[in-house]
Amino acid sequence: MDGIHDMGGTQGWGAVTIPADEPVFSDPWEAKAFAFGAMSAGLSGQNLDAMRHAIDRMHPYDYLVDGYYGRWLGCVETMLVDSRVLAPGAVVARARRLRGEDVTEPPPPTPSKPDYQPTASGSVREIDTPPRFAVGDRVRTRTHAHAGHTRLPRYTRGHVGTVRAIRPAQVLPDTHAHFIAENAQHVYAVAFDSTELWGDDADSFTLTLDLYEDYLEPVT
Amino acid sequence: MTAVPRPHDHPDAALRAEALESLLLEQGLIDLEKVEGLISRYEKDVGPMNGAKVVAKAWTDPDYRRRLLEDGTAAIAELGFAGPQGEHIVVLENDAKVHNVVVCTLCSCYPWPVLGLPPSWYKDPAYRSRVVREPRAVLAEVGVTLDDDTEVRVWDSSSEVRYFILPERPAGTDDLEEEELAALVTRDAMVGVGRVPVP
Repeated sequence: MDGIHDMGGTQGWGAVTIPADEPVFSDPWEAKAFAFGAMSAGLSGQNLDAMRHAIDRMHPYDYLVDGYYGRWLGCVETMLVDSRVLAPGAVVARARRLRGEDVTEPPPPTPSKPDYQPTASGSVREIDTPPRFAVGDRVRTRTHAHAGHTRLPRYTRGHVGTVRAIRPAQVLPDTHAHFIAENAQHVYAVAFDSTELWGDDADSFTLTLDLYEDYLEPVT
Repeated sequence: MTAVPRPHDHPDAALRAEALESLLLEQGLIDLEKVEGLISRYEKDVGPMNGAKVVAKAWTDPDYRRRLLEDGTAAIAELGFAGPQGEHIVVLENDAKVHNVVVCTLCSCYPWPVLGLPPSWYKDPAYRSRVVREPRAVLAEVGVTLDDDTEVRVWDSSSEVRYFILPERPAGTDDLEEEELAALVTRDAMVGVGRVPVP
């Protein structure tokens, strides 16, 4: 989906500044959000791609307002509500009670986790099918703009690049995030010239992404 | 006008994190000792000091350098560094001719086993949006000036492959031991937004 998360090439964000020194977590709640996020797939019976998609689906305001760990906090809540571990509104209701408001909390629902079991840990898989593309092949990225999760950023869609390396096969995020199938497939490091992406006046550089076989079609 | 999706008195993130913890504890779904252990691991044990050891070893051991560039994941595991967000690590070498820089435009993927959790700027919209469009300008902004003929390669971490940069060894460090070299290596140099300073 074309959400706020897909930031490559968007404009208006201002300067990049690197603080000289910063703690790993700037506040104790960020550390907790990290820990619950790291546990979220296990707690919800989901997976890493579903976690990312729970962030993709955030309202742009919610995505930005509390920073990176605000996104983690939000996605954990979404995953737990989607798997009916928590009722919608349970976190806010509990938070209001914690600060002394007299609110009624929704009762915990009966969990309903996705009917999904990974075939192995992690995302890398061994597959038997030979790669469709070879190093040196020219490929065009698809222009898909489906409503679900994808790892094909907007700024790279419909462009021609060159396969530079074949990576280990991996589960396809587009189906894995939705518990449809692992759909493990070859992944290719595809290099694009900056002018292909940004026009003739672009800075001179190459941009390389690791793209799943389903994202690519041959250029003849 | 599209409304902000929160009432004016929406509980803040700290309170919502506390609420979530309280609900998970009540359902017996988390063990606070494990939560604290995980936090402590990423605050103290997993960070750029790991990557610095990898870099210093590669600078002093040509065989290790070769293994690292051929199979980053395995060579990094030789030093005991592995785990989440390090399933397949590709190592890229920076020098005067080629400058690599790493980003994740879609979220904030980062090679945790060697660099720890990502720093703020890496996760912020400004870096994620701009470094794939005007990398030379971004690099100049953070103090990395490049010759016009230096080739710039930007890597957007769009799959589970993670990128780690082997920076150029600074001049005048021939006499330093591996441990002394590791102390020089900066996180920013291992992401491509800095260079290892001459001591």
